[in-house]
Amino acid sequence: MNVVALEFPPVNHLFDWPTILFEGTPFALNKVGLTYLFAAVATMLIFGVAGSRKGLVPAGVQHVAESGVNFVEESVVMQTIGPDGKKFMPLLTTMFFFILFSNITEVIPFWQFPANSRMAMPITLALLVWVIYNFYGVRHQGAFGYLKNSLFPPGVPRLLYIIVTPIELVSTFVVRPFSLAIRLWANMVAGHLLLVTFAVLSATLWDTFYVPAALPFVMLILMTAFEILVSFLQAFIFTILTAVYIGGAMHPHH
Amino acid sequence: MLPILAETDPGEMVEGLKAIGAGLGYGLAAIGPGIGIGTVVGNAISAMARQPESAGMARTTMFLGIAFTEALALIGFVVFILLLP
Repeated sequence: MNVVALEFPPVNHLFDWPTILFEGTPFALNKVGLTYLFAAVATMLIFGVAGSRKGLVPAGVQHVAESGVNFVEESVVMQTIGPDGKKFMPLLTTMFFFILFSNITEVIPFWQFPANSRMAMPITLALLVWVIYNFYGVRHQGAFGYLKNSLFPPGVPRLLYIIVTPIELVSTFVVRPFSLAIRLWANMVAGHLLLVTFAVLSATLWDTFYVPAALPFVMLILMTAFEILVSFLQAFIFTILTAVYIGGAMHPHH
Repeated sequence: MLPILAETDPGEMVEGLKAIGAGLGYGLAAIGPGIGIGTVVGNAISAMARQPESAGMARTTMFLGIAFTEALALIGFVVFILLLP
Protein backbone atom coordinates (compact mmCIF):
# COMPACT_ATOMS: atom_id res chain seq x y z
CA MET A 1 0.00 0.00 0.00
CA ASN A 2 1.28 3.45 -0.82
CA VAL A 3 0.00 6.11 1.59
CA VAL A 4 1.27 9.62 0.79
CA ALA A 5 4.63 8.51 -0.63
CA LEU A 6 5.08 6.17 2.33
CA GLU A 7 5.84 2.58 1.37
CA PHE A 8 3.74 0.64 3.86
CA PRO A 9 4.09 -3.13 3.46
CA PRO A 10 0.83 -5.02 2.81
CA VAL A 11 -0.63 -6.55 5.96
CA ASN A 12 -0.11 -10.17 4.85
CA HIS A 13 3.56 -9.47 4.28
CA LEU A 14 3.98 -8.63 7.98
CA PHE A 15 2.59 -11.90 9.29
CA ASP A 16 3.58 -14.53 6.70
CA TRP A 17 7.02 -15.96 7.27
CA PRO A 18 8.99 -18.25 4.94
CA THR A 19 10.10 -21.66 6.16
CA ILE A 20 13.54 -21.57 7.74
CA LEU A 21 14.29 -25.12 8.91
CA PHE A 22 13.42 -28.63 7.68
CA GLU A 23 11.68 -27.46 4.52
CA GLY A 24 9.54 -30.10 2.86
CA THR A 25 9.18 -32.30 5.94
CA PRO A 26 6.16 -32.25 8.28
CA PHE A 27 8.42 -30.58 10.87
CA ALA A 28 8.97 -27.43 8.78
CA LEU A 29 9.59 -24.43 11.02
CA ASN A 30 9.28 -20.73 10.37
CA LYS A 31 9.71 -17.75 12.67
CA VAL A 32 6.32 -18.38 14.32
CA GLY A 33 7.13 -22.00 15.12
CA LEU A 34 10.58 -21.07 16.41
CA THR A 35 9.04 -18.43 18.68
CA TYR A 36 6.64 -20.99 20.12
CA LEU A 37 9.52 -23.42 20.64
CA PHE A 38 11.42 -20.66 22.43
CA ALA A 39 8.38 -19.89 24.61
CA ALA A 40 7.84 -23.56 25.51
CA VAL A 41 11.52 -24.17 26.26
CA ALA A 42 11.80 -20.97 28.30
CA THR A 43 8.73 -21.90 30.37
CA MET A 44 10.07 -25.39 31.01
CA LEU A 45 13.57 -24.09 31.83
CA ILE A 46 12.33 -21.51 34.33
CA PHE A 47 10.34 -24.02 36.35
CA GLY A 48 12.81 -26.87 35.83
CA VAL A 49 15.77 -24.83 37.07
CA ALA A 50 13.77 -23.28 39.90
CA GLY A 51 12.51 -26.70 40.99
CA SER A 52 15.91 -28.42 40.90
CA ARG A 53 17.73 -25.84 43.02
CA LYS A 54 15.54 -25.06 46.00
CA GLY A 55 17.20 -22.43 48.13
CA LEU A 56 15.70 -21.24 51.38
CA VAL A 57 16.08 -17.65 50.24
CA PRO A 58 14.86 -17.49 46.62
CA ALA A 59 17.29 -15.81 44.26
CA GLY A 60 17.60 -15.47 40.48
CA VAL A 61 15.44 -17.84 38.46
CA GLN A 62 13.83 -19.30 41.55
CA HIS A 63 12.73 -15.81 42.59
CA VAL A 64 11.12 -15.21 39.18
CA ALA A 65 9.33 -18.57 39.25
CA GLU A 66 8.14 -18.15 42.83
CA SER A 67 6.83 -14.64 42.33
CA GLY A 68 5.07 -15.81 39.14
CA VAL A 69 3.39 -18.69 40.96
CA ASN A 70 2.51 -16.38 43.83
CA PHE A 71 1.07 -13.80 41.42
CA VAL A 72 -1.12 -16.38 39.67
CA GLU A 73 -2.27 -17.79 43.00
CA GLU A 74 -3.04 -14.45 44.67
CA SER A 75 -4.57 -12.46 41.84
CA VAL A 76 -6.00 -15.13 39.56
CA VAL A 77 -7.01 -18.29 41.39
CA MET A 78 -8.02 -16.92 44.80
CA GLN A 79 -9.98 -14.03 43.26
CA THR A 80 -12.00 -16.15 40.85
CA ILE A 81 -12.23 -19.87 41.74
CA GLY A 82 -11.36 -19.87 45.44
CA PRO A 83 -9.31 -22.32 47.55
CA ASP A 84 -10.46 -25.43 45.63
CA GLY A 85 -9.04 -23.96 42.43
CA LYS A 86 -5.50 -24.72 43.63
CA LYS A 87 -5.43 -27.86 41.47
CA PHE A 88 -5.56 -25.63 38.39
CA MET A 89 -2.39 -23.80 39.43
CA PRO A 90 -0.06 -25.83 37.12
CA LEU A 91 -2.34 -25.24 34.11
CA LEU A 92 -2.84 -21.53 34.77
CA THR A 93 0.78 -20.79 35.65
CA THR A 94 2.25 -22.51 32.60
CA MET A 95 -0.43 -20.90 30.42
CA PHE A 96 0.48 -17.46 31.81
CA PHE A 97 4.20 -17.91 31.25
CA PHE A 98 3.83 -19.51 27.81
CA ILE A 99 1.59 -16.70 26.54
CA LEU A 100 3.83 -14.10 28.14
CA PHE A 101 6.96 -15.49 26.46
CA SER A 102 5.35 -15.82 23.05
CA ASN A 103 4.00 -12.24 23.36
CA ILE A 104 7.17 -10.61 24.66
CA THR A 105 9.09 -11.52 21.49
CA GLU A 106 7.19 -8.54 20.05
CA VAL A 107 9.66 -6.16 21.70
CA ILE A 108 12.86 -8.24 21.65
CA PRO A 109 15.19 -6.41 19.23
CA PHE A 110 15.83 -8.11 15.85
CA TRP A 111 13.17 -10.75 16.59
CA GLN A 112 10.22 -8.39 16.94
CA PHE A 113 7.36 -10.66 16.12
CA PRO A 114 4.58 -11.62 18.54
CA ALA A 115 3.88 -15.29 17.79
CA ASN A 116 0.33 -14.92 19.09
CA SER A 117 -0.50 -12.62 16.20
CA ARG A 118 -1.06 -15.84 14.25
CA MET A 119 -4.41 -17.36 15.09
CA ALA A 120 -3.24 -20.99 15.45
CA MET A 121 -2.02 -21.01 19.05
CA PRO A 122 -4.68 -18.68 20.55
CA ILE A 123 -7.50 -20.78 19.08
CA THR A 124 -5.84 -24.02 20.22
CA LEU A 125 -5.45 -22.71 23.76
CA ALA A 126 -9.02 -21.36 23.74
CA LEU A 127 -10.47 -24.69 22.57
CA LEU A 128 -8.42 -26.43 25.29
CA VAL A 129 -9.97 -24.05 27.83
CA TRP A 130 -13.42 -24.78 26.37
CA VAL A 131 -12.94 -28.53 26.84
CA ILE A 132 -11.62 -28.05 30.39
CA TYR A 133 -14.39 -25.82 31.71
CA ASN A 134 -17.14 -27.93 30.16
CA PHE A 135 -15.53 -31.07 31.61
CA TYR A 136 -15.38 -29.61 35.12
CA GLY A 137 -18.90 -28.18 34.80
CA VAL A 138 -20.31 -31.61 33.96
CA ARG A 139 -18.18 -33.25 36.65
CA HIS A 140 -19.22 -30.90 39.45
CA GLN A 141 -22.89 -30.38 38.62
CA GLY A 142 -23.76 -33.38 36.46
CA ALA A 143 -24.59 -33.04 32.77
CA PHE A 144 -28.21 -32.05 33.39
CA GLY A 145 -27.45 -29.67 36.26
CA TYR A 146 -24.66 -27.97 34.30
CA LEU A 147 -26.88 -27.40 31.25
CA LYS A 148 -29.75 -26.20 33.45
CA ASN A 149 -27.58 -23.78 35.44
CA SER A 150 -25.87 -22.34 32.40
CA LEU A 151 -28.89 -22.14 30.08
CA PHE A 152 -31.53 -21.20 32.69
CA PRO A 153 -29.72 -18.92 35.15
CA PRO A 154 -31.71 -18.80 38.40
CA GLY A 155 -33.32 -15.54 39.51
CA VAL A 156 -34.59 -14.56 36.06
CA PRO A 157 -38.35 -14.04 35.56
CA ARG A 158 -39.85 -17.08 33.82
CA LEU A 159 -40.99 -15.22 30.69
CA LEU A 160 -37.52 -13.77 30.06
CA TYR A 161 -36.08 -17.24 29.46
CA ILE A 162 -37.36 -16.93 25.88
CA ILE A 163 -34.66 -14.29 25.31
CA VAL A 164 -32.07 -15.30 27.91
CA THR A 165 -31.70 -18.98 27.01
CA PRO A 166 -30.69 -18.55 23.34
CA ILE A 167 -28.29 -15.77 24.30
CA GLU A 168 -26.71 -17.92 27.03
CA LEU A 169 -26.51 -20.91 24.69
CA VAL A 170 -24.63 -18.94 22.06
CA SER A 171 -22.44 -16.96 24.46
CA THR A 172 -21.44 -19.84 26.76
CA PHE A 173 -20.87 -22.66 24.31
CA VAL A 174 -20.10 -21.00 20.97
CA VAL A 175 -18.72 -17.48 21.34
CA ARG A 176 -16.55 -17.93 24.46
CA PRO A 177 -13.58 -19.76 22.91
CA PHE A 178 -13.62 -17.46 19.89
CA SER A 179 -13.78 -14.25 21.91
CA LEU A 180 -10.99 -15.59 24.13
CA ALA A 181 -8.79 -16.36 21.11
CA ILE A 182 -9.66 -13.19 19.19
CA ARG A 183 -8.91 -11.00 22.23
CA LEU A 184 -5.34 -12.29 22.42
CA TRP A 185 -4.78 -12.47 18.66
CA ALA A 186 -6.22 -9.06 17.77
CA ASN A 187 -4.35 -7.29 20.56
CA MET A 188 -1.08 -8.73 19.29
CA VAL A 189 -1.86 -7.91 15.64
CA ALA A 190 -2.80 -4.36 16.59
CA GLY A 191 0.38 -3.94 18.63
CA HIS A 192 2.57 -5.28 15.84
CA LEU A 193 0.88 -3.02 13.25
CA LEU A 194 1.34 -0.01 15.55
CA LEU A 195 5.06 -0.69 15.98
CA VAL A 196 5.52 -1.33 12.24
CA THR A 197 3.70 1.91 11.39
CA PHE A 198 5.95 4.05 13.57
CA ALA A 199 9.08 2.19 12.45
CA VAL A 200 8.25 2.68 8.76
CA LEU A 201 7.40 6.33 9.40
CA SER A 202 10.72 6.94 11.18
CA ALA A 203 12.71 5.20 8.45
CA THR A 204 10.98 7.13 5.64
CA LEU A 205 11.35 10.49 7.38
CA TRP A 206 15.01 9.75 8.15
CA ASP A 207 15.67 9.14 4.46
CA THR A 208 14.34 12.56 3.47
CA PHE A 209 14.28 15.10 6.31
CA TYR A 210 16.43 13.70 9.19
CA VAL A 211 15.24 15.95 12.05
CA PRO A 212 11.45 15.31 12.07
CA ALA A 213 12.22 11.56 12.20
CA ALA A 214 12.82 12.07 15.92
CA LEU A 215 9.07 12.50 16.48
CA PRO A 216 7.88 9.08 15.29
CA PHE A 217 11.01 7.53 16.79
CA VAL A 218 10.12 8.84 20.25
CA MET A 219 6.60 7.51 19.69
CA LEU A 220 8.13 4.16 18.68
CA ILE A 221 10.03 3.93 21.97
CA LEU A 222 6.95 4.90 23.98
CA MET A 223 4.84 2.37 22.07
CA THR A 224 7.44 -0.33 22.73
CA ALA A 225 7.08 0.33 26.45
CA PHE A 226 3.31 0.23 26.05
CA GLU A 227 3.52 -3.09 24.20
CA ILE A 228 5.52 -4.64 27.05
CA LEU A 229 2.59 -3.70 29.30
CA VAL A 230 0.12 -5.13 26.75
CA SER A 231 2.04 -8.43 26.58
CA PHE A 232 1.78 -8.84 30.35
CA LEU A 233 -1.83 -7.71 30.41
CA GLN A 234 -2.98 -10.07 27.65
CA ALA A 235 -1.27 -13.06 29.27
CA PHE A 236 -2.91 -12.06 32.57
CA ILE A 237 -6.34 -11.55 30.99
CA PHE A 238 -6.24 -14.86 29.12
CA THR A 239 -5.31 -16.64 32.37
CA ILE A 240 -7.88 -14.86 34.50
CA LEU A 241 -10.68 -15.44 31.98
CA THR A 242 -9.77 -19.13 31.92
CA ALA A 243 -10.02 -19.14 35.71
CA VAL A 244 -13.35 -17.26 35.59
CA TYR A 245 -14.83 -19.76 33.13
CA ILE A 246 -13.63 -22.75 35.18
CA GLY A 247 -14.87 -21.12 38.38
CA GLY A 248 -18.27 -20.38 36.83
CA ALA A 249 -18.60 -23.97 35.66
CA MET A 250 -17.61 -25.37 39.08
CA HIS A 251 -19.64 -23.07 41.31
CA PRO A 252 -22.94 -22.03 39.73
CA HIS A 253 -24.62 -18.83 40.93
CA HIS A 254 -27.50 -19.39 43.31
CA MET B 1 -18.45 13.44 -10.28
CA LEU B 2 -21.07 11.10 -11.73
CA PRO B 3 -19.49 10.80 -15.20
CA ILE B 4 -16.18 9.87 -13.54
CA LEU B 5 -17.98 7.23 -11.50
CA ALA B 6 -19.62 5.88 -14.67
CA GLU B 7 -16.23 5.53 -16.33
CA THR B 8 -14.59 3.69 -13.41
CA ASP B 9 -14.23 -0.04 -13.53
CA PRO B 10 -16.84 -1.69 -11.24
CA GLY B 11 -14.18 -3.86 -9.63
CA GLU B 12 -12.15 -0.81 -8.72
CA MET B 13 -15.22 0.82 -7.20
CA VAL B 14 -15.90 -2.28 -5.08
CA GLU B 15 -12.33 -2.06 -3.76
CA GLY B 16 -12.81 1.60 -2.89
CA LEU B 17 -16.15 0.96 -1.20
CA LYS B 18 -14.52 -1.88 0.78
CA ALA B 19 -11.83 0.49 2.03
CA ILE B 20 -14.44 3.09 3.03
CA GLY B 21 -16.52 0.39 4.75
CA ALA B 22 -13.51 -0.99 6.61
CA GLY B 23 -12.49 2.43 7.91
CA LEU B 24 -16.00 3.49 8.87
CA GLY B 25 -16.73 0.07 10.39
CA TYR B 26 -13.74 0.18 12.70
CA GLY B 27 -14.49 3.75 13.72
CA LEU B 28 -18.11 2.92 14.53
CA ALA B 29 -17.14 -0.26 16.38
CA ALA B 30 -14.76 1.72 18.61
CA ILE B 31 -17.37 4.23 19.86
CA GLY B 32 -19.34 1.93 22.17
CA PRO B 33 -16.40 0.10 23.77
CA GLY B 34 -14.62 3.44 24.21
CA ILE B 35 -17.50 4.79 26.30
CA GLY B 36 -17.85 1.43 28.05
CA ILE B 37 -14.20 1.14 29.07
CA GLY B 38 -14.32 4.75 30.28
CA THR B 39 -17.26 3.90 32.54
CA VAL B 40 -15.62 0.72 33.84
CA VAL B 41 -12.28 2.34 34.65
CA GLY B 42 -13.85 5.49 36.08
CA ASN B 43 -16.04 3.54 38.48
CA ALA B 44 -13.16 1.23 39.41
CA ILE B 45 -11.02 4.27 40.27
CA SER B 46 -13.72 5.80 42.42
CA ALA B 47 -14.14 2.45 44.17
CA MET B 48 -10.38 2.29 44.79
CA ALA B 49 -10.35 5.86 46.09
CA ARG B 50 -13.21 5.18 48.50
CA GLN B 51 -11.82 1.91 49.81
CA PRO B 52 -8.09 1.68 49.20
CA GLU B 53 -7.95 -1.59 51.20
CA SER B 54 -10.03 -3.39 48.54
CA ALA B 55 -8.03 -1.92 45.62
CA GLY B 56 -6.66 -5.34 44.61
CA MET B 57 -10.12 -6.82 44.13
CA ALA B 58 -11.36 -3.74 42.29
CA ARG B 59 -8.36 -3.88 39.97
CA THR B 60 -8.90 -7.54 39.06
CA THR B 61 -12.58 -6.95 38.40
CA MET B 62 -11.71 -3.85 36.38
CA PHE B 63 -9.44 -5.87 34.08
CA LEU B 64 -12.20 -8.44 33.63
CA GLY B 65 -14.69 -5.71 32.76
CA ILE B 66 -12.25 -4.14 30.32
CA ALA B 67 -11.62 -7.53 28.67
CA PHE B 68 -15.32 -8.16 28.11
CA THR B 69 -16.01 -4.63 26.85
CA GLU B 70 -12.96 -4.55 24.63
CA ALA B 71 -14.04 -7.70 22.76
CA LEU B 72 -16.53 -5.70 20.68
CA ALA B 73 -13.90 -3.21 19.55
CA LEU B 74 -11.58 -6.09 18.67
CA ILE B 75 -14.25 -7.74 16.54
CA GLY B 76 -14.54 -4.40 14.72
CA PHE B 77 -10.77 -4.47 14.24
CA VAL B 78 -10.94 -8.02 12.85
CA VAL B 79 -13.60 -6.96 10.33
CA PHE B 80 -11.33 -4.05 9.38
CA ILE B 81 -8.42 -6.44 8.71
CA LEU B 82 -10.65 -8.82 6.75
CA LEU B 83 -12.09 -6.06 4.56
CA LEU B 84 -8.74 -4.45 3.73
CA PRO B 85 -8.23 -4.50 -0.05
